[in-house]
Amino acid sequence: MPKISLKVNGKAVSAEVEGRTLLVELLREKLGLTGTHVGCDTSQCGACVVHVNGDSVKSCTMLALQADGADVTTIEGLAQPDGTLHPMQAMFREHHALQCGFCTPGMVMSAIDIVQKHPEGLSEAEIREELEGNLCRCTGYHNIVKAIAAAFPLMHQKQAA
Amino acid sequence: MAFEGIGAAVKRREDGRFLAGRGHYVDDMNRPGQVYAYIRRSDRPHARIRNIDTSAAAAAPGVIAVYTGADMAADGIGGLPCGWQIHSKDGSPMAEPPHPVLAIDKVRHVGDPIAVVIAETRMAAKDAAELLVIDFEDLPGVADIRAAIAAGAPLVHDEVAGNICYDWHIGDRDAVEAAFARAKHVVKLDLTNNRLIPNAMEPRAALGECDIAGHYTLSTTSQNPHVIRLLMGAFVLHIPEHKLRVIAPDVGGGFGSKIYHYAEEAIVTWSAGKLKRPVKWTAERSESFMSDAHGRDHVSHAEMALDEDGHFLALRVSTLANMGAYLSTFAPSVPTYLYATLLAGVYKTPAIYAEVKAVFTNTVPVDAYRGAGRPEAAFLLERLVDTIANDTGIDRIALRRANFIPADAYPYQTPVALQYDSGNHEMTLAEALKAADYAGFPARRAEAARRGKLRGIGISTYLEACGIAPSHVAGALGARAGLYEVANIRVHPTGSVTVFTGSHSHGQGHETTMAQLVADQLGVALDQVEIVHGDTGEIPFGMGTYGSRSLAVGGSAMVKAMDKIIAKGKRIAAHLMEAAVEDIEFKDGAFRVAGTDKSKALAEISLAAYVPHNYPIEELEPGLEETAFYDPKNFTYPGGCHVCEVEIDPETGVTKVVNFAAVDDVGRVINPMIVEGQVQGGVAQGIGQALLESAAYDANGQLLSGSFMDYTMPRADNLPNITVGTEITLCTHNPLGSKGCGEVGAIGSPPAVINAVVDALKEYGVRHIDMPATAERIWSIIAANRPKMAAE
Repeated sequence: MPKISLKVNGKAVSAEVEGRTLLVELLREKLGLTGTHVGCDTSQCGACVVHVNGDSVKSCTMLALQADGADVTTIEGLAQPDGTLHPMQAMFREHHALQCGFCTPGMVMSAIDIVQKHPEGLSEAEIREELEGNLCRCTGYHNIVKAIAAAFPLMHQKQAA
Repeated sequence: MAFEGIGAAVKRREDGRFLAGRGHYVDDMNRPGQVYAYIRRSDRPHARIRNIDTSAAAAAPGVIAVYTGADMAADGIGGLPCGWQIHSKDGSPMAEPPHPVLAIDKVRHVGDPIAVVIAETRMAAKDAAELLVIDFEDLPGVADIRAAIAAGAPLVHDEVAGNICYDWHIGDRDAVEAAFARAKHVVKLDLTNNRLIPNAMEPRAALGECDIAGHYTLSTTSQNPHVIRLLMGAFVLHIPEHKLRVIAPDVGGGFGSKIYHYAEEAIVTWSAGKLKRPVKWTAERSESFMSDAHGRDHVSHAEMALDEDGHFLALRVSTLANMGAYLSTFAPSVPTYLYATLLAGVYKTPAIYAEVKAVFTNTVPVDAYRGAGRPEAAFLLERLVDTIANDTGIDRIALRRANFIPADAYPYQTPVALQYDSGNHEMTLAEALKAADYAGFPARRAEAARRGKLRGIGISTYLEACGIAPSHVAGALGARAGLYEVANIRVHPTGSVTVFTGSHSHGQGHETTMAQLVADQLGVALDQVEIVHGDTGEIPFGMGTYGSRSLAVGGSAMVKAMDKIIAKGKRIAAHLMEAAVEDIEFKDGAFRVAGTDKSKALAEISLAAYVPHNYPIEELEPGLEETAFYDPKNFTYPGGCHVCEVEIDPETGVTKVVNFAAVDDVGRVINPMIVEGQVQGGVAQGIGQALLESAAYDANGQLLSGSFMDYTMPRADNLPNITVGTEITLCTHNPLGSKGCGEVGAIGSPPAVINAVVDALKEYGVRHIDMPATAERIWSIIAANRPKMAAE
């Protein structure tokens, strides 16, 4: 089996993987990072979103081999070592943007990417449109949208336009 | 310290682990020596199995075992039990055909499990399952309820004539006939309640273990682990309770679909016993679509008799309800006692008669899905009321007000068995109309018209029944078990508290809300209270979480257990302070001798209870731990008013929900933040049902909507902000006064949405539109009516 090396949450890791092994399987099964979830098999739900080289990626739709040499961040890698939450995590808690918690890791990873990619600001409608790739069955999204809007000024050190 | 007791919007303590990616869901668990199960399912709706050749699969790399229904039968494994028995009009019991764990001789729906392959890796099991050679003889199938009861329809079970599971009724038929005979108007409506696929975001999973001494552990995605232990242990695998532990850890949403005892739970547990290795199964989403119990799927005809002023005289309803291919755990109760008993709604209709035929089809079993029966009742009634307004010209709000059960009529006995304890429909209606700026709607409609858009507004004034259930009533109605709930409360020696509850949290935030309740009542800090749920090894018993029962029933059990703690604490305090027990008062976490400044904190009493130097040992057992079973005296009756405003683009038929306001009466609120979130989530599912979601089958029973590519889940840009308000009346028969908030959103919203859509389309002559009101359906109506309008 081919061997790959990559960085996950700042740590160098290597693993032998089958050609068909998905990135999410590498994370969950080989590296024990079970915070990244699998909610579907058609790349629709977004529960598995991680960051690969700074972009949000559905880790069920990328082969582990494709992540050779990449820098991957998962939900486990967001908080500071002392446990201080990333502003997006903190705002999800503040605004009750999660219930069962299953979509939450992917939702938070997508939300961070959305805010980072829009330094000019985001309207509520734009946030909703950008969330198109993430399904939540519990919250009705209302509080997720609120949390993302609230995280914007914390992440960019300024108010949304 | 900020107030954290009953009524405080405390942030959730669950969130820390979920946000850090440290949740603990079944598929996150891995055990030494673990192997993987993959289930080969039927890809056809109805077929005889002539032969299963397992030899190639069994010889594939990494495969440990391949089992079929014949292997389970050889081990004496029974079928999956049904928890509710309905009797037909003629007194005969419902048809209850066997529900084998793995198919025997026949498959009856797409997704029916046929064989399990167990291998060292998930992929090896999946690869080998492809090598199973199954010789099918296809049979004609039937998916539609009306087609299934037509003469000559294929029989799902050879022994069930006409595919009729039961033919049941409720109410006074003669009184209804008499009222119809003297009615000034009769308004009729045919409607369907669309079939839904619950789609909790976490797919179901199960991990079975068996140690060398024959102790089994099943970790499963369940809303009620004790119920699974009881059903699977006693009726399927014949494992006694002391050798079977069932754990439901973090569970990623349920909405009803994780109540039932499923085949896969029995398969992994039984296999683990045979192999003495942990066996894990996790559903792929495609499997969820074809194996999680579906919801709703009714076809109904409703008629209301009215006097000349629009007063409801009598309601007559006849409903066909799809059971799917087999009876799921609670399925028979849903279209009967959770549906037809709610047909009075918020109205004082004096006579009601309903008949319900439950029908087998070649589809996935149908059972309770968020609301379970009550959304079907609310949709039928609230659509019928708007249709009456449409047909008679009476204003829809005036019509509702004229027929409301007045607030001073409570307690109110309906003609369909239930006795409502409390409610105030005028109050929730008035507040909802205010929240939605109903008065300002004509201006908004005119403004939308100038932009070429069709704007409509719709309301629903609904009521439902939660907190199931008073056990003697449930038993009389066919439940095969009482529906108590259990709490065990342990005050530790230094005064901190662990609460063991039979309720289960899979998104509802019980670890926060229930801790608030107990901290408030015992007068201790919130961080001194821990909630334990979801493990039969730790919690004495429980019936679990469904029907919005956790607080109303599970919370009431906690109050009862705390009452016992306080009563015992008073006796200890009386001894320590040399006072009479009758003179001891408990308030704010301290036992006081009335009229003196003598007092002992709860922690002093608990220390004395466990490690006493001075204790009335002859009269009182040491320790401070109490268990209480609570049996509700009645259902609870949440209700309210939902107002939906939509805008339709006539060019595309796309409906946008532009405003949604819900004002609900859920009884006493412990944590308003969580209640708001529960209502918003329920409304989102209701909007999904009304506009987007539909489990589609072809006529033969092939599932057409088998993935998120085909089944339209509501996404963020399909939904509006959802304004939530509460206006409460207290439940009069439980100690908390709470009614339940988990399902109101999904019950009140679908008729509000469709009433709004019909309102928007009224100039096109639309009287009714079935769910889901998709863009295609609406565009077709507009297109079909446009020439007529142009000609006029």
